[in-house]
This record gives sequence, C-alpha cells and structure tokens, in this order.
Amino acid sequence: MRKRGYPLLAVLFVMLMFAAPASAQKVHEFMLDNGMKLLVKEDHRAPIAVSQVWYKVGSSYEPEGITGISHVLEHMMFKGTKKHGPNQFSHIISENGGRENAFTGPDYTAYFQTISSARLNVAFELEADRMRNLLLDPKEFKKEVQVVIEERRMRTDDKPTSLTYEQFQAVAYRVLPYRHPIIGWRSDLENLAIEDLQQWYSRWYAPNNATLVVVGDVDPQKIKTMADATFGKIPRQPLRPVKPSVEPVQQGVIRLQVKTPARQPYLLMGYKIPTIATAEKEKEWEPYALEVLAAILDGGESARFSRQLVRGSRVAATAGLGYNMHARLSSMMIFEGIPGEGKEISDLEAAFLAEIEKLKSELVDASELKRIITQTVASKIYERDSVFYQAMQLGTLETVGLDWRMSDSEIEKLKAVTPQQIQSVAKRYFTHENMTVAMLDPQPMDEEQALKQQRAQQMGGASHAH
Amino acid sequence: MHTSLRDGLAAILVSLLILLVSTTPVFAGPLIKSWNTSNGAKVMFVEAPSIPMIDVRLVFDAGSARDNGKPGIASLTNTLLSDGAGEWNADQLAEHFEDVGAIFSTTSLRDMGIISLRTLTDKEVLDSSLATLSKVLSSPGFQEDAIERRKKQVNVALEKQKESPSSTASIAFYQQLYGDHPYAHDSLGSVESINAITRDDIVAWFKQYYVGRNAVIAIVGAVDRKQAEEIAERLMAEVPAGEKPQPIPEVKIPGKGVEKSIPFPSTQTHLLFGQPVMARLDEDFYALYVGNHMLGGSGLVSMLGEEIREKRGLAYSVSSHFIPMRGKGPYLFSAQTRNDQSEETLKVMKRSLRDFIKDGPTQKRLIASIRNITGGFPLRISSNSKIVEYLAMMGFYDYPLDHLNTFVEKVTAVTAEQIRDAFRRRVNPDHFMIIRVGNSEQARDAAVTGK
Repeated sequence: MRKRGYPLLAVLFVMLMFAAPASAQKVHEFMLDNGMKLLVKEDHRAPIAVSQVWYKVGSSYEPEGITGISHVLEHMMFKGTKKHGPNQFSHIISENGGRENAFTGPDYTAYFQTISSARLNVAFELEADRMRNLLLDPKEFKKEVQVVIEERRMRTDDKPTSLTYEQFQAVAYRVLPYRHPIIGWRSDLENLAIEDLQQWYSRWYAPNNATLVVVGDVDPQKIKTMADATFGKIPRQPLRPVKPSVEPVQQGVIRLQVKTPARQPYLLMGYKIPTIATAEKEKEWEPYALEVLAAILDGGESARFSRQLVRGSRVAATAGLGYNMHARLSSMMIFEGIPGEGKEISDLEAAFLAEIEKLKSELVDASELKRIITQTVASKIYERDSVFYQAMQLGTLETVGLDWRMSDSEIEKLKAVTPQQIQSVAKRYFTHENMTVAMLDPQPMDEEQALKQQRAQQMGGASHAH
Repeated sequence: MHTSLRDGLAAILVSLLILLVSTTPVFAGPLIKSWNTSNGAKVMFVEAPSIPMIDVRLVFDAGSARDNGKPGIASLTNTLLSDGAGEWNADQLAEHFEDVGAIFSTTSLRDMGIISLRTLTDKEVLDSSLATLSKVLSSPGFQEDAIERRKKQVNVALEKQKESPSSTASIAFYQQLYGDHPYAHDSLGSVESINAITRDDIVAWFKQYYVGRNAVIAIVGAVDRKQAEEIAERLMAEVPAGEKPQPIPEVKIPGKGVEKSIPFPSTQTHLLFGQPVMARLDEDFYALYVGNHMLGGSGLVSMLGEEIREKRGLAYSVSSHFIPMRGKGPYLFSAQTRNDQSEETLKVMKRSLRDFIKDGPTQKRLIASIRNITGGFPLRISSNSKIVEYLAMMGFYDYPLDHLNTFVEKVTAVTAEQIRDAFRRRVNPDHFMIIRVGNSEQARDAAVTGK
C-alpha cells in the first residue's frame, strides 16, 4: 500500500473472518464490452461511495530480478498521465472531498477512492485515464524508487519481526513466487529500470484484466452508464497469462534463524495448506475445515491460544494465527508469537506443537464449534457497517479467480464442517515434514555493536541473495 | 482592515464553493440526543436502524493523565477489565461475550479509559451482552493471578517498544515536551512503576475513576431512544455516582527549544518535533486545523508531502498534526528518512513551517483545503463505528451537540488572514522540542561530507 500498509499477517487475520451473510445484500454484476467486470452493491446509509479498481497482478506474478515491480508501479500510477501532471490525481480527488489510496498484495493491485456519490464520475474519469495513459517519466521514477526504498526501510529493514517474516517466506517456498516480499528485494529495487515498468504496465493494465467494484449510495444502472462512458472506451487487449507455478512437496522440516538487533525473541511456525482455489476436487471442504480450526485456536479471547497459552501456562505474551484461504497459489497456516516473560522461544514452540497434537488426538467440542459459527454469523452482519470492507471482499474474490458469489455460500460450508474433518486436516497438514520454523534471535541493540553488524552487511553486498 | 483585490476574488470563489457544496444533497450530520443517567453519566445517542447491531462506547476520565504518581495504573486497570467479573475468571467472561458473537474491548489513552462493546440487537443476544457488560462495570475481578500476568505482559510490551525507533522517538518526545506534567509518561508506565502497583491500588483507583459522574456513554445502533435510555440505566445500575475528579494540571508551554539525539541501530532516522499548542474546544481550532491541513495534514497533497516526498523523494511518510487533548496537546511533526538524509529533511520541514508562518496560505491552497474538508465531511460520519467515536469524543470534551452540524460552516468561514494570525500567535518553531532516533554515525558522515 502506498501510504499505509500492504497486507502482511494482519490481512491474513482479517481474511479469517471472511464468511457469508445470513441475509446477503444484492450485488449487481455487469460486463463491459471490453471485458472489464463491474460489481455494484447498494448501501444508502450515507451519501458516499467507495470505488475500487482491482488489477489481476501483484508480487506473485513477478519473475526473479524485478521483484517489487507491481508495488513500484502502483506508486508511479500517481505520477501523471498525458492529461494530468504528477500528483494531480491526488489533488483533484482531494479537492472533490475524496480520500484515495492504493494497495498491492501478492495476488492483486488495487486503487480506491472514497468520495461523495455525486462526485464518483471524477474518480472514474481519472482512474480510466491512468489505466492506459500513464506517462512513466524517468525523473519521477528516479525519485519514487527512493521513496519505496525508504518505505522498505521503515516496514522491513528496521522492524525485526517483519524482517523475520520476510526471511521465513523466502525459505519456506522453493518455487512459488510467494517467497518474494511484496515490496521487493533491495537489490531488485535498486536495479529496476523505467523500461521494466513500461512493459509491466502495458502487459497487465488492461480493462479485461481489471474489476471495478462500487459500494455505496448509488444506482447500479447509472454506475454502469458511467463506467461505459469512461472505462468502457478503453480497448480490450490480448492477455498473456502468467506461467503456472507449483511448489514441490516439502520433504522435511525447514529451520532458520534471524539474528538482528532486537529486544524480544519471536517465533514463526508455518505449515503449507491448500486454499479454496487450490483444494483437491473431492476435498473441497478442507480449506473450510482449516478455517474453523484456525478460529478454534485463535478466534477471540475465549479461543485456545488466549485461554491456554497466554492466560493458562503463560508461555506466550502474544500468540496468533494467520492463513489466507483466498490466496491464488497456496497458503501457510502460520503460528506466531512472543514468549511470555521468563519463557524461552523453545517453550513457545513446544506449546504450539502440543496444541496441534491435541487437535490430532481429540475431537473438538461441540460448544467450541457452536461459538465459532455464532461469531462468524455476527461478524458478517458487523461488516455491513463498512462500505470499504464490503468492496474489499468482492474485489479480492474476483481478482484471485474465485467467484464473488462465494461470499454467500461460505457460511453454509463453514457450518457443515465436522469435528472429524478438523481432526483430519490437522493430521494431514500439521506434520513435521511440512513445517517451516523461523526464530528471531535478538542481538544487542547498543550502537557500537549494531554499527559493526551493519558494516559487515554492507560489505557482504546483496544480503538477500538466495 | 484592508482588503486586496486578490482577497476579494477569493471571497467570491469561496462563496461559489459554498453554492457548489450545497447543490449536493444536504447531509447535516446525525441527530444526536443526550441526557444523563440517574447516577450522573452523560449519554450520547444516535439511532441507526439499518443494521441489526449496536455499538456502545463508555469513556471515563481515567487515562494515564490520572496515574497520580503510579505510572501505568490507568492502563493496567483498564486491561484488567477483560480478565474477569464477579465470580467469572477471564475465560468465562470471554465466553459470555463470544458465545453470543459480541465483541468486547478496552483501550487506555492519556485522557481516556475506554470500554467498547459491539453486539447484535436480537433481544436475547442484546440482553446477554448487556448483562455481561454490567457485571464488568459493577464488579470487575482484579484477581491476583490476572494482575501478575498482566504485569509480565506489560514488561514484554515495554521491551517491544525499545526495539522500535518510532516508539522510542514518541516516548522521548512526550517526556521532553511535558516534563513533570502527567502527559509526559507513556501510558504503559515503566517496569519499576508497574511492579510497584498492588491489587489494593488498582481496586481503589477503579473505585475513584470508573464512576457515573466521570462517565460518558455513547450509543449508536438499531435501538430507539427509550431502549437507549434503558440500556444506559442498566449499565450504570450498580455503578456508584462518585465524583468528577479535579481538572488535570495546566500544561506549561516550554519557553525554549531542546534538541535530543538518541542513537539507534536503524537504517532510518525518525524525526519527531513540535510543541504543546491546542486543547479541545480551543478558539483558534478552525484556523489552526485548516492551516495545518494544507501544511502537513493532508498526506501527499500537503505542502510537506510535496516538499519532502514528491519533489525530493526523501521520505515515504511525512506529516504534521495537532493532537488536541483535555490539556494542551502537541503540534507534532514527523518523518522517517535514511540516516544520511536526516539533516536535510529536518531543514526542509522547518523551512516549510517558517515560510508558512511568515506568509500564511495562498488562496489556492486555502480553497483546496476547505473543499477537501467540507466535501469529505460525510466520510467522517459514514458508519456506526465512526459516529460512536465522534459521540464519545464530543461527550467527553463537552462539545456542543450541534458541533457536527456547524462544522462545515465553520471550516468554510476560515480566512487566510485568520490562519496566518493564529499560526503567528500560537506556533513558535524556536521553542520546538526536536527528537532524532537513528544511527548517528551515518548522519555525522553525511554532515561532514555535505551530502
């Protein structure tokens, strides 16, 4: 994301709460003549709307050598077209009382405006303009790539837990592009050229590779007319699909250590699991069983992590679980935590393993299952309070190649999950052979020590080579 | 008073703008109803019938400004409210909320101790959620083992802060800015202060501050006024009226500036600087707020965003904000940049501010800012969660009930001269506290080679 945050673990947690409504609000679906999909959902509580343009491209589409290019392009999308100068996009939206930003994930790049419904046409015109007419000025690029490197320093280089997560992903996957950070490796950012961006832009920024999602105080037919008059004018172009990518089966535990100046150890423990998009045909229930399993461990203050690890044995100061059931290629169920005061990181690992063992050997309680379904049904109602979140759901599903209608059927599938199925996925996926473990090993933070280490790193050149 | 042709034109432009704004449907703001419960709590209520849910936010004048020589007690007491009530321990309390799908949370700030509940309005569910919340308010557990555990968690959190350059900068900034005022210390307290707090301290502290006359109850959701009255009475039924505490000490504005560098093994230097300027309900609020919006409060389109990021590529994030509180809150400037660019970044930011104080805003910028703020007004109150936050804030700081209804009008009336005048009177860069957290060797090298 350009100003705030691209999704890391936080988004995985949010995604856990994705499920379907008791009474679904109607979504209107249109297909423009040029192949651009339009989804509109009405919400008339306030005279505003959110408009999001989702492109089917993100860091998982990037080959070696140009990692981070989708995110850099996202930044450059604000740097002017033939019609509007650098940063004019933001100025125009701002003067129309709107808020705008963009975010890049592994499987998508999305741009959004929240604005008075009466001014939605301004957003459409600007967004359609930069879908085809971006300038990609070399001088602007030179400055902006420095901004991205600063962003990388702030989000990753100077944040021990983020650094650990980045290294963890990099070794957990051998083939899948999820091993690259969304923001890109430092050396790739430094060597990125404007020509790379031009190619990336013309390859992926086409109407037939995009979805427009509008949620708010709008009339769906009028939105369709407005979309035809703006986005609809951009010609369709042939798309060259990204090559498929399949991760070889992991054959044994992968362990890594991250040594960096820090004050607290930190543990990440991941197991590769299927997502809705990648589940075996006869085992379509597996991702749903995994989602319920995740809620049993970490679905609130009454779930097992809080109860057993944080409050009970106090082996954890914090403990959490992340999993993206809507990922395009694969996901990991990631256990993460900070040991409690006086506890070792090995204690925390043992405690996570004991929780897993319990899932394998004992069927979960009916009352736990009931609570999770109740919480999911309630959260589906709560999320109607946010137009942005509703649009996010539709855009995500559509962009990773799933049907947006799925958000209506998910809750039935979650309700159908049995204790036996939960036990089955625990046994199948939470194995030693399928495990990756990263430990942050804190190094002294006094400046002298740290400087020595930094010098050593600089001499070593590209420290992220792999 | 002198009026130039340029100002005259601007005035015409501004009135055109108002016309433009008013051609879109009128959206004046939510209808707020307010009353007191029988034990003296102030209720702020907006009916929102569209979604079968309700948000309840209780705010007590019980933030860390009330720590009274025991830094961390406000925050510790606040988190302990999740750890049991009556005969229930933390597990049982959590089950009572989560079995019906309710979401309960607590937050502690410098001014406020906050308790939030979101629940469905289905009768049985609502009844159960409210019964559980009442119990939290009337008989929190404060069990010894929960206190011990929370203390350990605070220690871990304090350690965590120390590995973050931004937390380190923020803690140092408030300390430097507020000296011996209770706003100076971080809400978490320190290892020593936390370990010294006893159960008796916590119980006594709760009894003093979590009382009716010290409470605001904000309610937004699918209930009517009568139901809202019942809800508020029910929550306060066993909460004593108590007393409103004495006002917190006056904030003294430091008469001279201080610069402080904290060495840190980071690749960036975090810059934080400013001074205490504005309390809530300040008479210069609109002039200062609109002025800062264009200077550093509007992201990439702000003057700082343009100078630091757009023109020079120096930082990913740069901003300035007024943080009005009960007492004078800080005017806070911040940026993060590669260590060897920290001097340049600081220089450019300071120059932008000094120029702004000297020259005031251009009419073009003023109009753009007013358009953004007024045109974007509906976005501020477009969801129940945003409205309940506004209600709690307004109730807590005693804003007039028509605050949101007059907001657009007051912003629109701000002139360039008012902004220039307010900034000249209220903001003095010579008296700023400046905190740098980063790798000083790399910064020094740059200073020597003039990079």
